[in-house]
Amino acid sequence: MSREEDLKYADLTAAIKRRFDPILTEPIPARMYLKSPRWIDYARAAAVLAVGIAIGLAVPMLKPAPQMSVAAVQLPIRAARAHMVYSPEVRHPVEVDAKDQDHLVKWLSKRLDIPLRVPVLVQEGFELLGGRLLPGLDGPVAQFMYQDATGKRLTLYVTPTRKGERLTSFRFAKEGNVSVFYWIDDECNYALSGEVDKTTLAKVASLVYKQLES
Amino acid sequence: MDYQLIVPYIPNLRRYARALVGDRDGADDLVQDTLERAVRKFHLWRPGDLRAWLFSIMHNVFVNQLKGRKISPSVEIDEETIAAHVPTVDSVDVLDLERALVRLAPEQREVVLLVALEDMSYADVSKALGIPIGTVMSRLSRGRERLRRLVEGEPARTELRIVQ
Repeated sequence: MSREEDLKYADLTAAIKRRFDPILTEPIPARMYLKSPRWIDYARAAAVLAVGIAIGLAVPMLKPAPQMSVAAVQLPIRAARAHMVYSPEVRHPVEVDAKDQDHLVKWLSKRLDIPLRVPVLVQEGFELLGGRLLPGLDGPVAQFMYQDATGKRLTLYVTPTRKGERLTSFRFAKEGNVSVFYWIDDECNYALSGEVDKTTLAKVASLVYKQLES
Repeated sequence: MDYQLIVPYIPNLRRYARALVGDRDGADDLVQDTLERAVRKFHLWRPGDLRAWLFSIMHNVFVNQLKGRKISPSVEIDEETIAAHVPTVDSVDVLDLERALVRLAPEQREVVLLVALEDMSYADVSKALGIPIGTVMSRLSRGRERLRRLVEGEPARTELRIVQ
């Protein structure tokens, strides 16, 4: 991006965002959740929405088994979105600081109901900043944040593996500018995200993998 | 197909569509058609950049609608429609912005809006619209300049014609 150009039009960009950003929080018309007739009364949107979600959940079950489980497809997207939200935070990147690492691990282990381990990534130049608790699709998620000397941040997204969920080997995905390595073992879903190139992230991810799977 | 994956992007698609099309119903139709098409084509999506993929579908649907004249390009929407949308006091600015946007050529409007609203990089826009990065850059700079002139009330540059 050309910085100069961006600056020149900063006011215009801001005006466009100001005008259209409120649409982000408008209620989504019920018809968008599923194909429904246009005459549906918006006042009944909530009920239709619930039915829509129920059908939305049922429909995938009728289809032949996909190559990857739903959780595996969603994992990198959710992790990348959480990364995008929290990693730019200047004052509150984490809820519990790495100084209180013992408390952090105990607390998150208790909430996720699984003994968590925090990988040590110093040999790749990343130090633990701390962590936070996030809402996941069907339960709590732990997010650990790391930072290197240049301020580059990585986040590790961890959520317990549900019973019967398919295990997934080491995979790579890209959401916007965020690269994600993720895998699912019998205990947890893991996703390591960062706005770094694939090679760098791969090195750190394999270190995480080694430490957690040993 | 997992529709739930797409749901988190609906607000972004709606915001962009509203800015692109101008009126609420037309915009929501565009979103609806995009979602339906995304659902049909979901098996073609490979885990990767879902946002870029959805916006590329919206682009295709938009282009088809333009061809089918379901959306009239670059036509000023009537004052009453706009006034109904923005009853606020500072509506003068907003009016100008919306009116200015509909006057941009659709292909410039798309690039300007994806960059402004979605904060997309040239590469993202190039992927979403299926055009080379150089084209993204030139459309962006021409589109922004024209929009700025329209918003600031400067007369848009008109073609010089030799009159005998």
